[in-house]
Amino acid sequence: MSEETLYIQHFHAGAASLAYYQEKMQGYQAFPKAFAMGQAKVIDEVKVSALRGRGGAGFPTGMKWGFIPQASPKPKVLVCNADESEPGTFKDRELLRYTPHLLIEGMLIGAYAIGARSCYIYVRGEYVAEARILEQALKEAYAAGLLGEKVCGLDFACDITVHRGAGAYICGEETALLNSLEGKRGEPRVKPPFPAQSGAFGCPTIVNNVETLTAVPFIISRGGAWFASLGRIEKSGGTRLISVSGDVKKPGVIEIHAGSMTIRQIIFDACGGILGDRPLKAVIPGGSSAPVLTADEIDVIYDIEPLAKIGTMMGSAALIVVSDAHCMVKLIARITKFYAHESCGQCTPCREGCRWMEDVLERIEHGHGRVQDLGLLTDIADQIQGKTLCALGDAAAGPVMSFVKKFRADFEAHIRGGKCPNAS
Amino acid sequence: MSKLLDQSVRDELEALASRYPKRAALLLPALHAAQKQSGWLSPEVLDEIAEWIGLHPAVVRQVASFYTMYYLKPVGTHVLRLCTNVSCSLRGADRLIAFCEKRLGIRRGETSLDGKVTLMEEECLGACGTAPALMLGDRYVESLDEAVLEKLFVELGL
Repeated sequence: MSEETLYIQHFHAGAASLAYYQEKMQGYQAFPKAFAMGQAKVIDEVKVSALRGRGGAGFPTGMKWGFIPQASPKPKVLVCNADESEPGTFKDRELLRYTPHLLIEGMLIGAYAIGARSCYIYVRGEYVAEARILEQALKEAYAAGLLGEKVCGLDFACDITVHRGAGAYICGEETALLNSLEGKRGEPRVKPPFPAQSGAFGCPTIVNNVETLTAVPFIISRGGAWFASLGRIEKSGGTRLISVSGDVKKPGVIEIHAGSMTIRQIIFDACGGILGDRPLKAVIPGGSSAPVLTADEIDVIYDIEPLAKIGTMMGSAALIVVSDAHCMVKLIARITKFYAHESCGQCTPCREGCRWMEDVLERIEHGHGRVQDLGLLTDIADQIQGKTLCALGDAAAGPVMSFVKKFRADFEAHIRGGKCPNAS
Repeated sequence: MSKLLDQSVRDELEALASRYPKRAALLLPALHAAQKQSGWLSPEVLDEIAEWIGLHPAVVRQVASFYTMYYLKPVGTHVLRLCTNVSCSLRGADRLIAFCEKRLGIRRGETSLDGKVTLMEEECLGACGTAPALMLGDRYVESLDEAVLEKLFVELGL
């Protein structure tokens, strides 16, 4: 793994200062270059880079920026989604606390490209320390003339404001986030209109994930073609930060060239193998809302399209590894409890369905399940999937369906035996 | 009107107002500031925030009650929020929350009778690589086990 990495060598205390960013990362040289290129050329360069959104959906960033109606008389808004809350995901936290200036410069370039003056970083409420680091970095940037009326002395004005969330998973969904930014309950909006037409405060808005924006200065400095070439797979450029957690010997954030490793290689080569050298039972490949994979499905290239092809998703690139020490029914019951708790309550299928699934899973786990419960679970999941305003419903339904399908024997053992076989 | 929110807090929030096209956007920052000042959000302070921003008191309650980090009831001096989501569970969070309950003599969701500590079960904190993790007030404590917890309790005088 001697390949070039962009981020991970900077993940240490001391990297967060402006001085470090300028000396060690050619900081704030990409923005003047972008300004000289002009808006359209910047967007083109990002299109060429094959940068895909790192928040979960994997949408091509350059194309997203292109959706902004430049002719609209309304002010444009850029929002950084730093609400990182998909269970298993913790990569953005590293970027926020170690490379805040990289994010600021990425936002400057994005703001310039879409013509925005107002930018917000929506940070999840729990990241108090990270929000402080961001505030400190912003203060440094304002003092150095890198933000405000004349960014880098050029004819471009830009303000970045940190806006803290207050504990709601749903605010990672971009329209819920926008409502929360406006001081409302974090309930997703009906789409269309999409944020690019009418987003924050009714203005054309682009919402990008932290890691997505931190890729932008590299793309401008070294070119979209170079960034695209870092990816070892078609349609996916750059490197990827992967959050690995659960039953591995070395959990943490790793950085790989997009599409350069299989899940097996990540677990056994990069993360030291399974805790206690136990057999692998399952892998949740893209945060807890991704359908589960069994131990014999892990020879798949870890990237967006290969995972989609086998019926799951890369999501926020959070790999949760599960050894045979754990009960799969208990695990899905816990995951479902989370979604039931976080459902905002607007859509009946999600609000009621998640709770029903939680109840049914709880009773199976505790040995009170019935044979027909497995059909019932799939039925409820099917009634949620695709029938809600936002993706939370799907996020809850997909895992339940996949657990029941792939680990059916485990569920049946609970029902037949009248107790959890793993319970002592 | 008595002022529950300190003037310095109001000044800080007013300075922030120019960053948003609508004043209502100050609500989350104001709720954070008020809670930081008093530990929780009393009905009186919610009313005061409503009047100061220019929102209906019901709207302020509707918003405050949506987010789990806003406490609408008094909490202990120390608030422990232990994550029991997937990655923390895989690393023993269930065992640890049971340990906390026993050691502190309260169940999850409860505050000790002396008002010193509140124990909460938390959803994913984004510290899965150093699981299990908890938040003590604003601070993360990670890579938890019984020894780390015990040390923390002693540090807090619990």
